[in-house]
Amino acid sequence: MKKRRSKPLPAPAEWTFELIDEYQREIARVAESFGLDTYPNQIEVITSEQMMDAYASVGMPVNYHHWSFGKHFLSTEKGYRRGQMGLAYEIVINSNPCIAYLMEENTMTMQALVIAHAAYGHNSFFKGNYLFRTWTNADAIVDYLIFARSYISQCEERYGEEEVELLLDSCHALMNVGVDRYKRPPKLSLEKEQLRQHEREEYLQSQVNDLWRTLPAHDVRPSEVQAVRFPPEPEENVLYFFEKHAPLLEPWQREVVRIVRKIAQYFFPQRQTQVMNEGWATFWHYTLLNTLYDEGLLTDSFMMEFLHSHTNVVMQPPYNVPWYSGINPYALGFAMWTDIRRICEHPTDEDRQWFPDIAGGNWCEVFDFAMRSFKDESFIAQFLSPKLMRDFKLFAVLDDDRKQKLHISAIHDEAGYKLIRQKLSDQYNIGSREPSIQVWNVDLRGDRSLTLRHHAYHRRPIGESMDEVLRHVARLWGFNVRLETQHEDGHVETLRELRFERRQPRTP
Amino acid sequence: MVRIIDRRFDSKNKSAVNRQRFFRRFKQQIRKAVADAIDGRSIRDVDNGESVSIPTKDISEPQFGLGRSGEWETVFSGNDQFAAGDEVDRPLGGAGGSGKGKASNEGESTDDFVFQLSREEFLDVFFDDLALPNLVKTQLAAIPEYKLQRAGFTSSGTPANINIVRSLRGALGRRLALGSPFAAELRDARERLEQLRLERAETDPEVEQLLEEIARLRAKIEGIPFIDKVDLRYNNRIRIPKPSTRAVMFCVMDVSGSMDEDKKATAKRFFMLLYLFLTRNYEKIEVVFIRHHTVAKEVDEEDFFHSRESGGTVVSSALELMKDIIQERYATSLWNIYGAQASDGDNWENDSPHCRELLADNILPFVQHFAYIEITPGEPQNLWREYEKLQGSHGNFAMQRIESLANIYPVFRELFKKTTA
Repeated sequence: MKKRRSKPLPAPAEWTFELIDEYQREIARVAESFGLDTYPNQIEVITSEQMMDAYASVGMPVNYHHWSFGKHFLSTEKGYRRGQMGLAYEIVINSNPCIAYLMEENTMTMQALVIAHAAYGHNSFFKGNYLFRTWTNADAIVDYLIFARSYISQCEERYGEEEVELLLDSCHALMNVGVDRYKRPPKLSLEKEQLRQHEREEYLQSQVNDLWRTLPAHDVRPSEVQAVRFPPEPEENVLYFFEKHAPLLEPWQREVVRIVRKIAQYFFPQRQTQVMNEGWATFWHYTLLNTLYDEGLLTDSFMMEFLHSHTNVVMQPPYNVPWYSGINPYALGFAMWTDIRRICEHPTDEDRQWFPDIAGGNWCEVFDFAMRSFKDESFIAQFLSPKLMRDFKLFAVLDDDRKQKLHISAIHDEAGYKLIRQKLSDQYNIGSREPSIQVWNVDLRGDRSLTLRHHAYHRRPIGESMDEVLRHVARLWGFNVRLETQHEDGHVETLRELRFERRQPRTP
Repeated sequence: MVRIIDRRFDSKNKSAVNRQRFFRRFKQQIRKAVADAIDGRSIRDVDNGESVSIPTKDISEPQFGLGRSGEWETVFSGNDQFAAGDEVDRPLGGAGGSGKGKASNEGESTDDFVFQLSREEFLDVFFDDLALPNLVKTQLAAIPEYKLQRAGFTSSGTPANINIVRSLRGALGRRLALGSPFAAELRDARERLEQLRLERAETDPEVEQLLEEIARLRAKIEGIPFIDKVDLRYNNRIRIPKPSTRAVMFCVMDVSGSMDEDKKATAKRFFMLLYLFLTRNYEKIEVVFIRHHTVAKEVDEEDFFHSRESGGTVVSSALELMKDIIQERYATSLWNIYGAQASDGDNWENDSPHCRELLADNILPFVQHFAYIEITPGEPQNLWREYEKLQGSHGNFAMQRIESLANIYPVFRELFKKTTA
C-alpha cells in the first residue's frame, strides 16, 4: 500500500465534463508511471443512437453508404431497444489522435473504466503492436475514409447507386480473401491517394491490356503455350488481383475494389490480436484503477461498481452450460497478462522451468516486449502457462467426422500442456480458421477463365456459401470461374465451375 | 493533450441512408412481409408500424468460410470429467456442441431477421402497392391535426400557462381567509388601546401589553405568504381533433364459392384504404361487415374475411340487410354513411335489377358515397350492367372493375374529389 491521500475524487452517478477531465488526468498520470506509450487521446461523448450508428459502420467515424451497414444498424437497434443486449461500453478507433467514444447514458464509474480501457489500454496497443505498426497507418485512416466515402458517392452519382451497390456486394464477399497476409502494404495517405488516383486509373487500364496482348502469335507451338502461367506465382490477395488484372473492370470499379481492399487490410490486425488486445486493455483498466484506489483517489462505491462490470467481462463459462460460446477472449487475455506479471514477480519452480527467460524478470519490460512482438497465435504459443491451463481446466477435443465418437486428446495435466497450448494457438491462426484460397491460374490462351485453388487443411471443406461467393467472383472477373481444392495428399478436385452469364440489360 | 469533445448534438441519423438502402434493397421481401401483415391484421389496425421478418439467408453477406466436416481439434474450458484418451458421444456436453461454431462463420442459424418498420414506412409500402398518387399519400399518412381549445383552469401545468389574475385572486382569498381571525382580534385590540389611551398614561403596563399584543397579531398576519403554491392556476387547453363527426362504413362482400382468397385479399385492401381515408375525416367510425351468398348476415371482421361459404349468389339480400341496419341504427342526421361493396359480379340473373332498384331507392339517397368494385379478370357480369344504369343519375355512386391492386385507386379518386373539394 502506498500513501493514501485523504480526499478521494467525487464519484456521483452522474458524470460531468469537469469530472471526466479530472479522472482522465489521474488515469493518464498513472498510465505514464507504468510507461504506457499512447497516441494523443480524443474522447468524444455521444448518445446511444450515435453509438448504434458507429456500431453499424463497423466502428468507423465515417464510412461509405451500403445496405449492409443499415442491416447491422437494424439488428443492433432491435437488440438494444428490447434490452437483450447493452451496447458495448466502448468503441475505440485506431487513429492518431486515438478516438474513444463515451456513451452519454453511462455512469461516472463506467466512463472512467472506458477511459482506462480504451484511451490507455487499446490506444497503447495500437501504437505498439507490430501488426498495427506495419499494416495500418493511424495518421491517415480517417482521411482515407473521407476520401473513400466521397469517391464512392461520386461514383453513385455518375454510374447509379445500383451499379455501385452490386460492385460493393461483390467486393464485400471477398473481403476476407482480400488482404495481404505477408507483404507489407504501402502507406495510405490522403494527398498521395488523390494525386495518384487519376494516374493510376490510366495506368492500370493499360496494364490490364497485357492480358489481351499476350494472345499467342500464330507461330508459337501449343506445347510452349501451355507452360505459361498467369499469375506466375499464386496470388493470395484475390481483391488485389482483381484490382490489377480483371480485364473488364472500368477504372472507377478498380478504385472501389481498392478501397474495400484497403479497409479490409486495415481491420486485418484486429482480427489477429483479439485475445492480446482485449486482454491488454482489460489488464490495464484493472491495474490503473486499482492503483488509483490504492492511492486513495477512488471511493469504495466506485470500486464496487467497477469490479462488478469487470468481473462480468472476464467471466469464462465452462463448456457444459448453454451459454457457452467458446473461449472468452477477454477472460483468456486478461488471465494471460495477469499470469505473465505473476511469473515475473512471483515465479514458481514450474514457471522457471517453462519460462526461464522471463521468470523473475522486470514485468514492465516483459509486457512491453510481448505487446509489441506477438499476435494471438504466437502469444498463446509463447506465454500460455500450465498454471493457467489448470485454472481454466482446458481440454482439447478431436472431432473427426470419420469417427463415431469424439476423442479427448489432451487435458490440463503434465502430458497434455504442450498439446493444448499448440491446439489453442492454432485455433487463433487465421490460416486454420478461414479457408486458404488463392488465385491459381488464368486461362490466357483459352476462354480466360479464372481458377481459384483452395488448400484443404485437416480435410475441412469450404462452406456452403461458396456458390454465392463464386457468383460474385464471376461478376468481378467477367468470365468463367472455377474453384478447386487441393487435398493434403496432393490430389486436386474441381469443386465448382461457374459459367459467367452477362447480366441482362435492365428493362426500362 | 487530451481533447474531450461533446458530440451529442451532432447529426443523429448517420445510419438513415444505410437504413433506406437496406429497405430499398429488400423491397420485395419487405413488401411480402407487409402483405402478410395486412392479411393478418384488422382493418381498423392498418395505421400502425409493423415488425417485419425476412429469412436470414436472403440477406446474408456471403464469404468464403469453412464447413463443419473434416477434422477439428478444439480447446474447451471447464473440464469436469474427462481424462486424456476418453471417447465421448457427440455433441460434447449434450449442449449442442456450439464450441465448434467459432470456426464456422456459415451463419447457419435459420432464425429470421426481424426488424421494426415505423408507421410511416409501413404505410409507404402499403401505398406503394396501391399506386396512390403522392398527394393522397401525404393526406392519408398525415397525423390528424388537433386544435387546442380552452377548457377552464387547472391547478397544475407549465409556468408559461400561469393565469395571473386567477392565481392572485386565489392568493387574496386565501390570505383573507387565513388572516381573518387575527384581523378581528387586531381590530378588537386597537379599539381597546384607543379606549385605554384616553384613560391611562402611555407607560402604563396594560397599554404596553396591548401594544405587544398588536405587534404579535400584525406579525401573524404578515407571516401569511403573499402567494403560495396552492394559489396557482394554469390555463387549461385540451386537444380536440379537428374532424368531429361520426361515420359508419358498410363493408359488403360476396362470399360465395366463386370468391377465392385472392379476390378477398384485394377486397380487404379496398376496405382498408376506405377506412384509412375515413379516419382522416371523421373522429369516430363504426364498421359494419355484411357478407352474403344467397342470404346475408352481419358478422365480425374475423368471419368476414376468413370463413368460407359456397353456393349461389343473391346480392339483394345484402342490400336489404344494409337498408334495415341503416334504418335501425344509423340515423342519417347523425351519421355519415359510406358503403363499399365487393363482389366478383356473379349474381343470380333475376336478382340484379332488384339490386339496382334497392340501391337507387333505399340506399343511395341516404349515403355519402357508395362504391362498388367488381373483382374479375373477365367480362363484366350482369350486376355490373345493371349498376351501370345508376352511374349517370347518382353522383354519389362509383364503380370500378379491378383486376389488380393498382386498379383500386381510381375508385378513390372519385371519392377524394368530392370530399376534399
